[in-house]
Amino acid sequence: MVVTRRVILAFLLAAAAAWTSAHAQEKFITVASTTSTEQSGLFGFILPIFEKSTGIKVRVVALGTGQALDMARRGDADVVFVHDPAAERKFVAEGHGIGHRNVMYNDFVLIGPKSDPAKVAGGKDITAALKKIQAAQAPFVSRGDRSGTHAAELRLWKEAGIDIAKQKGAWYRETGSGMGPALNTASSMNAYLLSDRGTWLSFKNRGDLAILVEGDQRLFNQYGVMLVNPAKHPHVKKDLGQKFMDWVVSPDGQRAIAQYTVGGQQLFFPNAGK
Amino acid sequence: METIAAALRDAGRMMLALDPALVEIVLLSLRVSLTAVLVATLVGLPLGAAIAVRRFPGRRAVVIVLNALMGLPPVVVGLVVYLLLSRSGPLGELGLLFTPGAMIIAQAILITPIIAALARQAVEDAWREYQEQLRSLGARPAQSALTLLWDTKFSLVTTVLAGFGRAAAEVGAVMIVGGNIDGVTRVMTTAIALETSKGDLPLALGLGVVLVTIVLALNAAAYLVKETAQRRYG
Repeated sequence: MVVTRRVILAFLLAAAAAWTSAHAQEKFITVASTTSTEQSGLFGFILPIFEKSTGIKVRVVALGTGQALDMARRGDADVVFVHDPAAERKFVAEGHGIGHRNVMYNDFVLIGPKSDPAKVAGGKDITAALKKIQAAQAPFVSRGDRSGTHAAELRLWKEAGIDIAKQKGAWYRETGSGMGPALNTASSMNAYLLSDRGTWLSFKNRGDLAILVEGDQRLFNQYGVMLVNPAKHPHVKKDLGQKFMDWVVSPDGQRAIAQYTVGGQQLFFPNAGK
Repeated sequence: METIAAALRDAGRMMLALDPALVEIVLLSLRVSLTAVLVATLVGLPLGAAIAVRRFPGRRAVVIVLNALMGLPPVVVGLVVYLLLSRSGPLGELGLLFTPGAMIIAQAILITPIIAALARQAVEDAWREYQEQLRSLGARPAQSALTLLWDTKFSLVTTVLAGFGRAAAEVGAVMIVGGNIDGVTRVMTTAIALETSKGDLPLALGLGVVLVTIVLALNAAAYLVKETAQRRYG
């Protein structure tokens, strides 16, 4: 018994030691962001550059834009980095966020099977393409998760004059998942879907999918950054958070964003000055 | 088939190369799940044994609830712990959200019922056999519980391993309370989920092979220790 107790005690002490050492204080901020910035590899590329120049670690929690804003609303993040301008304006107007800045953009693309049952390939008009998909009842995968991409998709259906809530049938599949899982689903069932270009370019399990419609102005995808309001959440690390925000819109940060490429293609285009 | 072959190649390469990022993820997984198992064991074994040897009103209901709690969905545990630890929640002041500590709490809550329920069954079976003897020796319930825990120690190893297996394999709870932050709260299961999201199925499956291998190795080690101890101390 004595031996057992000693072993247990030693184990506890070791666990406690491992625990505290791993918790050594370091400067960090928590950023609520979207799956597109994380899964496209952008953060993996630009954050080490920021950390090197400032010594501030950035902890990214990647969620859909809606969820990321909710998380910030509860005070669980210092900075929000998302892509749904309408939701961001509302977030700031409600007093949850301050110092909003535009950071960069990329665009959405309509992905679909190469066999293209709805005959939309090559077009530039996204609403015309959506109308054809709906008319053909061709399988379409929706994020269905209140993300920035989901919000954009809903806006585009509306602009196409289709009330998707009423007209969705078995062809319209709401997966309630992130961009990657939705792409996996579309790839396995040869469905159409709307994706941000960044995630698509870095996505590996494409199967028979390809970009079918791109280049429409309405497919523009703006990313913005803002600080969680310290007046509402006093624990927000406003100085460190502000430093991060200042950096992503600075020439250094903007250059880092522009330098990130996948397979030779630039994924995000800095536009903080505009 | 191609994917599976590529996954096995990936797994072999990662394990042989001891890729530092992978080592870090593996160590964090072990640290989180083993600490959770330790906490759950310290709570679950005495709890299970106490329920086994005591007779009290509502005992049946407690046993049924405890057994049912073995099926707690990880994602629900994660959500509850998240709301408790959120800055807007009752324990927000602690600043534990998105740390390994939060993940340990969630996993400990998840597996304590498993360890307690299985220990309750093992101890109760032994109690049926020895209760006359223990009573005649004048043992109080607490003493009986301790004696019986010691007596059933070899089957309790399996109980603890069941708890560890559940902790190491779950992704729902740690994803929510940990946030899958690179280098801070990314563990094996959340890394697998992330690679699946990116569509890198071979790498995801490769990580899965690594996880299963580690769990297998730990179980083998526990089995050997148990065998040796059983032979030596009966």
